[in-house]
Amino acid sequence: MNAVLLAADGVNVAQNIGFGIIAAGMIFAALCVVSTKNVVHAALWLVVVLGGVAAQYVLAAAEFVAVSQVMVYIGAVMVLFLFGIMLTRAKIGEESGLNNKGWAIGIPVAVVLFGLLAWAVLDTYGDDTIAEPQLTGANNESTVDIADRVLSPYLAPFFGMTFVLLAAAIGAIVLARKD
Amino acid sequence: MISVLAVEIPYWGQSLLRVLGGLVAVLLPAGAIVYLFLFKMMSFMQSRLGPMEAGPYGSMQLLAEVGKWLQKEDISPDNVDKTVFKLAPVVVLLSTFLLIVVVPFGPEAVFADLDAGVFYFLAVGSVSVLGILMAGWASANKYSLLGGLRAAGQLIAYELPMVLATLGVVIQAESMNLNRIVEVQNTEAIFGFEWLGNPFVITQFLGFLIFMIAVQAELTQPPFDMPIAESELVSGYMTEYSGFRFLMFFIAEFATAGVFAFIAATLFLGGWGVPFEWFGWDNLDDVSWWMNIVGPLILFTKMLALVFVIMWVRFTYPRFREDQLQTFAWKFLIPLSLANIAVTAILKVAV
Repeated sequence: MNAVLLAADGVNVAQNIGFGIIAAGMIFAALCVVSTKNVVHAALWLVVVLGGVAAQYVLAAAEFVAVSQVMVYIGAVMVLFLFGIMLTRAKIGEESGLNNKGWAIGIPVAVVLFGLLAWAVLDTYGDDTIAEPQLTGANNESTVDIADRVLSPYLAPFFGMTFVLLAAAIGAIVLARKD
Repeated sequence: MISVLAVEIPYWGQSLLRVLGGLVAVLLPAGAIVYLFLFKMMSFMQSRLGPMEAGPYGSMQLLAEVGKWLQKEDISPDNVDKTVFKLAPVVVLLSTFLLIVVVPFGPEAVFADLDAGVFYFLAVGSVSVLGILMAGWASANKYSLLGGLRAAGQLIAYELPMVLATLGVVIQAESMNLNRIVEVQNTEAIFGFEWLGNPFVITQFLGFLIFMIAVQAELTQPPFDMPIAESELVSGYMTEYSGFRFLMFFIAEFATAGVFAFIAATLFLGGWGVPFEWFGWDNLDDVSWWMNIVGPLILFTKMLALVFVIMWVRFTYPRFREDQLQTFAWKFLIPLSLANIAVTAILKVAV
């Protein structure tokens, strides 16, 4: 991120700096997730990463998506993760043998994935700048917009998705119940 | 906030005021609840006087208690996971402070006027589970771990009826903005009485009951205190905590009671407002500026009334067994709240 780009017209400097700080924190936490020697610590670092995603959404004035992120990932998925880990193996202190034998293969996969995503984003948006975020409160109708779209043009996919989730829930019960 | 004082406050000043306001809005109710209900009401219900020595009627007892906790040695057992052990009470207390952000105290006295306010408090309210799980695991104690797991299971189970009970209000108010919900309750009429407004506790009475039961369980107050059941688990996930770390859990418990009561008052009892008909206001923009000062007092009174009910139940009923507690949530409250949503939605369209 160079100074010329920051000072260009229509670029919100404060927002970019905030993005950089949060992104750096997320990368650090993500590295900790894969390098820590304790399963519970890894899960807690993952909470930091997911919280960072929510913070990025807030920075982009996507408040509804940010709240959904907290609700689904931090409030439900991570609690379930921790619950599962603590019910099964939850030693305090360092553990050995957490690494898979083929862990090194993950590095080229990650690099290729990063390159692909970076290329896709840069190719699509190039030098575009994000529109100024709207104020919160009465001027911000983003939640209402989402509701309007989900319940009129996208009603059929929305219903389809609910049935997929319902099928998954029923499937989980069938698999888990032996009697 | 700016227009009340009629002076321009710079952004850092506003932020500072918000932080100070948040501290007051969390700690003042917590103190009031502990003194009025935990010390005095509990004592009177048990035919004793409660604290009487510190100050008139023991009113300075809180200061003495806080002083006592702060003086204690900061003990953490040898085998605990130090970082997580110390972080856990902070996470629990932090989620309480994050909750107060959306509570509207007046037409303009709001920390953040979020469009998705209802959704926000439901999401942030579930963060405290993380802190409880962290405390339970990091304590390196089987009682603590069991307490933490019980707490997580209970909070997950009772979050659903809470979300579903709130949906009834959202459907009726047609908004997730808490200030808009207050406005709707105070401008509409019920049975043609405009002077009463339309507090949702009347039309959503079932939702109100489910919400208050879920709040009781989310706060792990008796009769839902399986996670800290002292006859089985010493005191659950808090067993290894002492001194000011225990104090943080303690403050968080009662501050969260206050914040949830604020939110329940906003959703069901008309929040900070009085029926706008009384003063001839038409909508939120019409409301006089002095409601920013009177509003918090009205909300505070309603909060105390609701916490009184929470505490009344707490001191009255014996503890649920773990399986009864789960059955009650999954097999009774959730179907009931789904039925409530269906009926509310049908009436909303039909009437």
